[in-house]
Amino acid sequence: MTRSRSIIWLSLAVVAGAALLAGLAACSTAGAPGEAAASAQAPAPGPIVGMRRLTEAQYRNAIGDIFGPGIEVKGRFEGVVRPELGLIATAASDSTVSPSGFEQYDAVARGIAAQVLDERNRATFMPCKPADPAAPDAACARAFLSGVAPLILRRPVPASDVETYVRIAGQSVETTRDFHAALGIGLAAMLVSPEFLFLTDTAAADGRGLSAWSKASRLSFLLWNTTPDETLMAAAARGDLDTPQGLRTQVDRLIASPRVEQGVRAFFSDFFSLERVADLSKDPEIYRRFNTSVARDLPEQLLRTVVDHLLVADRPYPELFTSRRTFLSRRLGVVYNAPVASTGWTAYEFPADDERAGLLGQGAFLALYSHEGRSSPTLRGKAIREVLMCQAVPPPPANVDFSGFNETTNAILKTSRQRLEMHNTDPVCAGCHKITDPLGLPLERFDGIGAFRMEENGAVIDAMGTFEGQAFEGAAALGRLMAASKVPPQCLTRRFAEYATGLPEARTTPGWIGRLQSDFEAGGHHLRTLLRQVALSPEFYALPMPGAAPHAKVATLATRSKESR
Amino acid sequence: MAGLYPRRSVLRGLMGGAAVGVSLPLLDCFLDGNGTAMASGAPLPVRFGAWFWGLGVNDDRWTPKTIGANYDIGPELKPIAPYKDQISILSGFDVPLDGKSNTPHVSGGVGIRTAVASSSRELPAPSFDVLIADHVGNRSRFRSLDVSATKDATNSLSGRGAGNLNPSESSPLALYARIFGPDFADPNSADFKPDPVVMARKSALSAVTQERQALLQRVGVRDKERLDQYFTSLRQTEQQLAIQLEKPAPLEACRIPARGDDSTPKGNDVEQVIANHKMMSQLLAMALACNQTRVFNLNFVSGASSLTRPGSTISHHQLTHEEAIDPTLGYQPDVTWFIQRSMEAFGYFINTLGSFREGDGTLLDNCLVLAHSETSYAKIHSIENIPMMVAGRAGGKVKTGLHINGAGTPASRVGLTMQMLMGVPVDAWGQGSLRTSKPVSELVA
Repeated sequence: MTRSRSIIWLSLAVVAGAALLAGLAACSTAGAPGEAAASAQAPAPGPIVGMRRLTEAQYRNAIGDIFGPGIEVKGRFEGVVRPELGLIATAASDSTVSPSGFEQYDAVARGIAAQVLDERNRATFMPCKPADPAAPDAACARAFLSGVAPLILRRPVPASDVETYVRIAGQSVETTRDFHAALGIGLAAMLVSPEFLFLTDTAAADGRGLSAWSKASRLSFLLWNTTPDETLMAAAARGDLDTPQGLRTQVDRLIASPRVEQGVRAFFSDFFSLERVADLSKDPEIYRRFNTSVARDLPEQLLRTVVDHLLVADRPYPELFTSRRTFLSRRLGVVYNAPVASTGWTAYEFPADDERAGLLGQGAFLALYSHEGRSSPTLRGKAIREVLMCQAVPPPPANVDFSGFNETTNAILKTSRQRLEMHNTDPVCAGCHKITDPLGLPLERFDGIGAFRMEENGAVIDAMGTFEGQAFEGAAALGRLMAASKVPPQCLTRRFAEYATGLPEARTTPGWIGRLQSDFEAGGHHLRTLLRQVALSPEFYALPMPGAAPHAKVATLATRSKESR
Repeated sequence: MAGLYPRRSVLRGLMGGAAVGVSLPLLDCFLDGNGTAMASGAPLPVRFGAWFWGLGVNDDRWTPKTIGANYDIGPELKPIAPYKDQISILSGFDVPLDGKSNTPHVSGGVGIRTAVASSSRELPAPSFDVLIADHVGNRSRFRSLDVSATKDATNSLSGRGAGNLNPSESSPLALYARIFGPDFADPNSADFKPDPVVMARKSALSAVTQERQALLQRVGVRDKERLDQYFTSLRQTEQQLAIQLEKPAPLEACRIPARGDDSTPKGNDVEQVIANHKMMSQLLAMALACNQTRVFNLNFVSGASSLTRPGSTISHHQLTHEEAIDPTLGYQPDVTWFIQRSMEAFGYFINTLGSFREGDGTLLDNCLVLAHSETSYAKIHSIENIPMMVAGRAGGKVKTGLHINGAGTPASRVGLTMQMLMGVPVDAWGQGSLRTSKPVSELVA
């Protein structure tokens, strides 16, 4: 990257609001910026070292930033499937686009293009008017497309690449006899480009790390969960992101912005699997207080609590396990048996002697790791181990016999504890349940939707548990022990590093995560410090370690029959 | 169902026998004298579909005692008894894993579909339905339609390998819009005009495909396969557009159903899923009759089915492990109730295909449907003797009404047979112990 290169966003004034393109059109004279971009010498593109498919939230945020909130993103998206143990962010590195997924992207893209170029909006986004609205106008098409291309593809786009889309627009006028509809077909084609749909990491020319453009995207999607803004792209163009001082300036700017909340929410949604909470269903005959509105509010409650604690109050992460402060909607008040006067969200403090405190008292956690019709100490204990402590719990043996753990209305076995004790008379089962149940049983005073109870089927619940050899009683005590343990913040650090790079720990630079963990602890476990440490790490911008291929290359499995040879 | 969803009208036109928005049906004058081919000489298309249900059966209540034709119907096969001469029962086929661990509810289904032993639900190789679609799918608008009766888009066993699953359409309304939305061209409509916008979109996709090949030169092995799959998906949309530009051949059985409200199941209530399955069955049958696709996947309940009966604290899947075997009956009564529902659903689906007249037979006569589960006895996750059924005559290519016992041979033989019957040029398929070159010859007419 030379500093003299003419890059489109350098010519842009900083505009209020998020619409990068509206800013472009507003301050350009017809054709000029487009020509500037088109004349830019394209750097020979480096090898692609990683491709992460955008999540639906990232796609929506990017479109919102490029075209502004007036353009609606309508349609469905093929989700990135969460792996058994891990983050959507790492699965996105192995994800592709299925035939129906492509159809959906194509439909969403056409919807966006139609709105951007409709009669109401085109004046905002078009830097020019076609000489004849029913005839091709390559110059005008070029002016528009070369303006949007770098915003959509998140890199400088050489004139030759823009020409592909200019040609598409030109040919489309021949059949549609409508300049704007034809231009929309060109824009929609750009919006289904793999370089838009995937965060495409390219190596720098020296091969030592990521290119400046990839760095800009990585930073922006990590901290704001959206496409880079023009200041960041300008910094990339100047080569600032390749110098420690320049990088610090950008990282501090991004972290100081209120938009960092969007990034933090995205990470914790992934970390806590909140997309699964929104889809939860519970048996209405057993849990009358649970409904789809509650299922929608539970993840929001957790995210509000996290953002308030870690960003607004800047409290250490471990205290999130003991904090009594949260936020409630009126619908959640019914589940928590707490008075909520206002119609929106309101801050709420659980009393100091309440059983409920911190993350483990959140309905989102308690309801997610339960069954449809009852709580599950095993699922909850397993989630504490796997999600919050990054420890693996072995799966049950394939031929396991659960019939002892039968009827919930069994006259003798009234509580989960009694049923599990019965089940664990089998030493094969007891081995794993010893790992999970002592962490799940203390949460038994919360039922399958997280509502408080003292009894199950008329029997008083025993909430004793053990945590790394220490005996205790109840959820609040478990929270205090989690807060005192070194393991949960180490786990958070590891997951954040994996989230940031889209790589499982094994493919990140060896030693990096360990250093981040020590630094996070030394700094008092403040989230902003962790964000900054990761964003300033050279390892964050390193090329991925080769690691094992996720799937052996698809073997040629079929032998063709003789007739076809 | 009518009682549950009185206002639903997606298929009212169909089920009430009244065709809505239909122009002239294909009259016999469009067919040749034998009623097996179009007058143009093109034979009626043969379609392939996989129908999946999770959590197996009770072997001794399901598997016929006699081998060959005119098999006996045990209690769990009762729902398909009316279609017995159209359905063959396959028992005794195993999924050997060559030392890989049997991941419950995963290894069985993946082994049947890909002929590769796997402990991961991420497909290690293309599923045979995709291989069939690659061969027969390029003459219809959709190469394949994949749907789930439960609300879970990941209720799927279909994919191109390298870890990716084709997601399933789980909302009947979305499925309706995809098939019969604005891009649908009625094959029986008298006038046809290619849409200039479709023409332009098609050229646009071709143009970017060429451009983007350059990207493929820049990626490593790891990403190349994924990018290849992206391009395959893109080409498929391009193919759809190409087909939309051609005047479709008239089809007798094609009717356009009326559009209705969304009935995506909101919970895991089994009755809702059954109602959803009925609507999806009708829509899929219509899509086949209208030549919108020649391949489909209809996934009823998944292997880790969390379906519940209202008021029950435990789901179907939990029940398979936790319910005691009734000492008098000799089986798990609540689990068996769910098995019964699955078999009824399959019966409904087959009946739906059989109720569309096509040529001198029915749509079912021109279909090849493989139904299978992912386990035989869910209580212990066994993957030996996984229950499978073959329905439809595949245009006369397949023998029906038989009970065939595989005697412990690999279940991949069935997938190989399906490919061969659909004309895929293949003579051996799979890896390790699942590799086979022996089709189930009893099925071949």
